[in-house]
Amino acid sequence: MIRDITIGQYYPAESRIHRLDPRVKIVCTLLFLVSLFIQNSLPGYVIATIYLGCVIRLSKVPLKYILKGLKPVVILLLFTVVMNLFLTDGGETLVQFGIFTITENGLRTSVFMAVRLMYLVAGSSIMTFTTSPNGLTDGMEKLLHPLNRFNVPVHEVAMMMSIALRFIPILLEETDKIMKAQQARGADFESGNIIQRAKAMVPILVPLFVSAFRRANDLAMAMEARCYHGGDGRTKMKPLHYHGRDRVAYFITLIYLIIMFVVGRFLPFKLWIF
Amino acid sequence: MSIALEHVSYVYSPGTAYEKHALKDVSFEIPQGQFVGIIGHTGSGKSTLIQHLNGLVRATSGRVLYEGQNIYEDGYNMRELRTRVGLVFQYPEYQLFEVDVISDVCFGPKNQGLPQEECEKRAREALEHVGFPEKYYKQSPFELSGGQKRRVAIAGVLAMRPKVLILDEPTAGLDPKGRDEILDQISELHRKTDMTVILVSHSMEDVARYVERLIVMNRGEKMLDGTPREVFRHYRELEKVGLAAPQVTYVMHDLKARGFDVSPDATTIREAAEEILGSFRRSGKI
Amino acid sequence: MPAGMIHAEQLIYEYDKRDDEGNVIGFERAIDGIDIDIPQGSFVAILGHNGSGKSTLAKHMNAILVPTGGTMWVDGRDTKDPAQLWDVRQTAGMVFQNPDNQIIGTVVEEDVGFGPENLGVPTDEIWQRVEESLKAVGMLERRKDSPNKLSGGQKQRVAIAGVLAMEPKCIVLDEPTAMLDPNGRKEVIRAVEELRKKKQVTVILITHYMEEVIDADQVFVMDGGHIVMHGTPREIFSRVDELKTYRMDVPQVTMLAEELRRQGLDLPEGILRREELVEALCRLR
Repeated sequence: MIRDITIGQYYPAESRIHRLDPRVKIVCTLLFLVSLFIQNSLPGYVIATIYLGCVIRLSKVPLKYILKGLKPVVILLLFTVVMNLFLTDGGETLVQFGIFTITENGLRTSVFMAVRLMYLVAGSSIMTFTTSPNGLTDGMEKLLHPLNRFNVPVHEVAMMMSIALRFIPILLEETDKIMKAQQARGADFESGNIIQRAKAMVPILVPLFVSAFRRANDLAMAMEARCYHGGDGRTKMKPLHYHGRDRVAYFITLIYLIIMFVVGRFLPFKLWIF
Repeated sequence: MSIALEHVSYVYSPGTAYEKHALKDVSFEIPQGQFVGIIGHTGSGKSTLIQHLNGLVRATSGRVLYEGQNIYEDGYNMRELRTRVGLVFQYPEYQLFEVDVISDVCFGPKNQGLPQEECEKRAREALEHVGFPEKYYKQSPFELSGGQKRRVAIAGVLAMRPKVLILDEPTAGLDPKGRDEILDQISELHRKTDMTVILVSHSMEDVARYVERLIVMNRGEKMLDGTPREVFRHYRELEKVGLAAPQVTYVMHDLKARGFDVSPDATTIREAAEEILGSFRRSGKI
Repeated sequence: MPAGMIHAEQLIYEYDKRDDEGNVIGFERAIDGIDIDIPQGSFVAILGHNGSGKSTLAKHMNAILVPTGGTMWVDGRDTKDPAQLWDVRQTAGMVFQNPDNQIIGTVVEEDVGFGPENLGVPTDEIWQRVEESLKAVGMLERRKDSPNKLSGGQKQRVAIAGVLAMEPKCIVLDEPTAMLDPNGRKEVIRAVEELRKKKQVTVILITHYMEEVIDADQVFVMDGGHIVMHGTPREIFSRVDELKTYRMDVPQVTMLAEELRRQGLDLPEGILRREELVEALCRLR
């Protein structure tokens, strides 16, 4: 069910990665994602694997968890692989049946695309696994702070994100409850065609929206009662400060990025083993 | 004609770190027409238990029998069962969704596949049963007061004409008068029809006043099962698991300890008053 | 200058009634000319059925609502004065009914820190206040937990800690136990009692559970936007029939004593606790 999705969840543990400043994790994750796109060769992927592997190891998040996080993208993954496999031309033809041809280039691209996609998801889920939702929003807020000058409501957006994170589990539970209550009144969500099924959702969605609005209203009142008045004049319980370890993390990631860049730029594209 | 659980166990997320035994080997049989109370504090498994009775939750092991038939048998009509065993959830007003009261109450009968006219007839009958005033039938359910919303939601289940009515904390959040009104109406309904009523509640005072049989749940197990008098005799055990007998039961026990000639079994104000007055009469003080 | 912590004179609150298109079709008076004075440090209970106006009154004490007529002073500050708004809210903290809808943080301690953050309290002091507040309600060991893992009673205690961390002089609890089970209710009431003893804050408890008001210094009963009864718990609970007309009830022990009195036993009026009843009956023997 919905609750099995691990992507975006926090995995509490004491690790070097957990202790890093959220800003470091956000920036380094972005750099890692960039690194996957500036090269496309086997050595590059080997280096990326080493980097990712080390981070996962250091984070103390079980590999099983990260693999579970890949589940929701399996369909997308298969789709990409199949498309690339059959639609990329060039190189030797490996297999041919009817109008379908699999070329060497096709195989190569599809394998690399799959790896790239998997690393994308794994890399970003490491960030969410090791950073509490509040840490994440705080990091975002601080990183995007310069945008304030351009009238971007950075604090408000960060606050909204953090509230959303708090209420997602509550609303999921509520959906479950409403579904059961309507089933107890004989509602049927499983049979019928698409239109009938869509119609069957109305008795769930209406109460869910009503409840979400009521909660929003209550919450706004509770926040005001606790003197919330936007980001001005607000202090932080957990302000963000860079430590030595954060600088080290930046440094390592930067070196990694440079290596990836060099590999992508100067190693001949066709350095294939297979 | 009964509803029964046979050795029912239910385990949440088996095989993971979150594994939790919500129900452990629970068995009981409720004959048609009984007024039963289920008590237990939050997390005792009582909410999971009642969801087994209409097949919303499937037991990990054990059987649920409705009128002698195993509801887990292949081809058993679960939707039919749910119209027979009506379940009113806690805060049921949060399930209202239609534009007006009467259409909302019609939702159940409509799912049963009944013609519009019959749906409306049953809806009106159900609304009457819960004492909902007719002048508000065409009003939006969202504009009603809390107590009235609650009535509409209960009527929404009653309109399916269930043989068994299960109510999970039907008075939660209501004021004292609203609480008494709803309970009185349910009790009235039980008297007028041959419906089995299963009332889940935290309030010992409430259940003692209305039910004829009490099932106490603790940590997923059936701890006690009997008449309120029998159950509240175990008030010390109840306390150990975070429950309590009605206040008057304690008064009676205190009096008994102070040498009064009273039976400590009284569970309602009326019973207690009679006992105390009786003791005074016997000793010739009044 | 008004004397008490909370002081209202001729308080009126009206709101527009609208039809389906949002046009004003009239107005409803939720509070109708209330005078009230609550002294510093006292424990006051406000009873009333759903829709009696008690929650509306509570919201005036924290300037979430401002009166449409009359005046409400909180610690001498007029709640209508926008310049004093944040002072009023800091003076009178508020705990609401639904435990889920008032917790903002995704971690217990961060939620408790939310108020002080808004007040601009320096970081070190926030930590200190969070720790003290959580200790005061007995939730310190759960500080790193997600609020979603807590029971209803625990969530309400966190909400109380969140208010305490703002160091208010007065706490208004608007039906804090209405959605809890008996154990959760006991937890919350016990936490409130502790506060009164240790911190000397003024406590205003709005409820319809009669058992919770027995220890109050004063009880107000509301109906139709008016205060219809006022007195000590004993005075209020000796007027059983009158209470019933306002959709209220009395504790079961009081009811039993009343029943016995009606049947001719010479018991005193307004018995509140089980020990009192037992003692009184022993004396009659």
